[in-house]
Amino acid sequence: MSAAGIAVFAALAVIAVAAGIAVFVVDSMARATFALAMSFVAVGGELVLLTLAYLGVVTILMMVMEMAIMVIFMVMFMMNPAGLMPMSMLHNKRGALAISVGTFALLAAGALAVPWPARRGVVPAPAQTTRAAGEAIMGGQMPVMVGISAVLFATIVSALMLAVPHGRYDHAPRDARSPHDRGLHDNAGHDGTHHDGTHHDGTLHDGGDWR
Amino acid sequence: MTAVQVAAGWSVVAAALIVIGAAVAAGALDAAVDPRSRTVSLSARLLRPVWETSRLLLAQRRATTAADGLLASAGSVLPLLIALAMVAVVPLGDRVVAAPTVGLVWFNAMDVVLWIAWWLAGWGPNSVHPLVGGYRFLAQALAYELPLMFALTAPAVAAGSLSVPDIVTAQQQVWFVAQMPIAAAVFIGAVAAFSLWGPFAHPAGTDIAGGVLAEQPGPARLLVRLGQYALLVVGSAMAVALFFGGGAGPVLAPWAWTVIKTAVILAALVWLRHRIPVWRPEKLMRTAWLVVLPVTLLQLLAVSILTVAGAAA
Amino acid sequence: MMLQLFLLLAAALLAVGLFGALSQQSIVMVMMGLELMVAGVIVAAAAFWYFLAPSAPDGQVLLLVVLSAMTVEMAAGFAVVILLFRTSDADMTDMAAELKG
Repeated sequence: MSAAGIAVFAALAVIAVAAGIAVFVVDSMARATFALAMSFVAVGGELVLLTLAYLGVVTILMMVMEMAIMVIFMVMFMMNPAGLMPMSMLHNKRGALAISVGTFALLAAGALAVPWPARRGVVPAPAQTTRAAGEAIMGGQMPVMVGISAVLFATIVSALMLAVPHGRYDHAPRDARSPHDRGLHDNAGHDGTHHDGTHHDGTLHDGGDWR
Repeated sequence: MTAVQVAAGWSVVAAALIVIGAAVAAGALDAAVDPRSRTVSLSARLLRPVWETSRLLLAQRRATTAADGLLASAGSVLPLLIALAMVAVVPLGDRVVAAPTVGLVWFNAMDVVLWIAWWLAGWGPNSVHPLVGGYRFLAQALAYELPLMFALTAPAVAAGSLSVPDIVTAQQQVWFVAQMPIAAAVFIGAVAAFSLWGPFAHPAGTDIAGGVLAEQPGPARLLVRLGQYALLVVGSAMAVALFFGGGAGPVLAPWAWTVIKTAVILAALVWLRHRIPVWRPEKLMRTAWLVVLPVTLLQLLAVSILTVAGAAA
Repeated sequence: MMLQLFLLLAAALLAVGLFGALSQQSIVMVMMGLELMVAGVIVAAAAFWYFLAPSAPDGQVLLLVVLSAMTVEMAAGFAVVILLFRTSDADMTDMAAELKG
């Protein structure tokens, strides 16, 4: 790899790691999400540097799109999405830091100590890598992609099943599924909130009550 | 027509200047054909970009409480930057700034970065109307992105390459628009959608006081508007390269043909702006997923069959 | 030597992601940590492909698998988060303690 290549690698590496750290440092969830997006753009750049132009650009494409969707959930589920209240969302910070530093030391030691074998074969021209990948997944490696497509389809179905409000698993007795809620609404809520008022094993059904 | 070649390094600057100039011209044309300003004289309408620029630069700045300045400025700069990043792979006649092997994917990745750009423009000011606009854009993006991706796939399949110059070269016999009219139409529609244009301007709708544009201070708003027109210009030029034969044409030089074809598509987009009602996201989503996406997939299937049959023959 | 540098980058991304996944309270933030760990895996796999066995496309196929694993993780993760939130108002890992076996 040329000197310019090494410089680009180093710059992208610094961006990737710094943006990755920023994800867990900044207060604002919007900033955290886009720090992660920036980290992934840098990772995509590293792939392009390794002549994997297609995979690199696709990584950027997919991850940026994923972060744009992610930010909806971040803002929806975080109690402090804009970071306007200074607060810590961490628990067991010291233990986590020790484990992750230990992991890094172990992996780094492995990366440096293992006598990696010499390169077998030659690097194909950049125009050829994309074609080679395409021919692989449409040829010898086709079962892999067929498997992935089945997994993706199963994911779509199961994610919808879990997430839509009127899913088939939404009929559990209220007491069993909501210990947190029971304390709050035990006496007040039950009669008023149910459309049908059906008793079932001493508890109430509510199919459509979602908060 | 000769093959597209990579131009010299300084062409980056030239391409950027051409895009910005064309964006201003598109702004003037927009003012000229705007039905709401029929009472104004034509010369005054044509100079509207100048008046607008000075108005936006001179207007009193306003600021919202607890705005996220960094993200807001990212949101106002990104549309123009993305347009300039896209134009690197769009050929002008027989010259192009960069000819990566995956130019088409690059264009697609950059238009996905717009998801972040428009959302940030909405989130940054910490104000209700822009925020609503930002979320509206994400809903709209979920509707147009998949049809756009498959519309981009069709010329790549027909040309057997993800490189834009290769796709232009593959159209020497017949323009791809003849072979894949639906993909071409979907692509041009998606260009309008990611530029928040015409029927797809709901995220910047008047019902939410301009949405993502509502709280932009003068210069930032100028940048966003410029970025919007630049996106239209680059999208039209890309449509020419992918579906309308690039610089192919008789008598005139290739660059002239690219400019003429781009201007025609751009003018059509600009003219249609105020003549089609705005589509609400839920209607857009229904149409996009139930009609446009299946039709685009069928188009892709037809193109694939034609390509395989052509390769076998 | 470049291989080692790429692997160090991969290890750093993995470690940062691991820190996030272990220390964050919000489930969504835990998922961001997991994403960062997968980014480390992507860098390592690409580096192994380029520096050890570039003539075979298997490394690229592995990368495609990792990328799709990432999307599956996100989709399934968010579905579970929505379900947890809807049934028990839980958006923090500590609140989902009934998921313990």
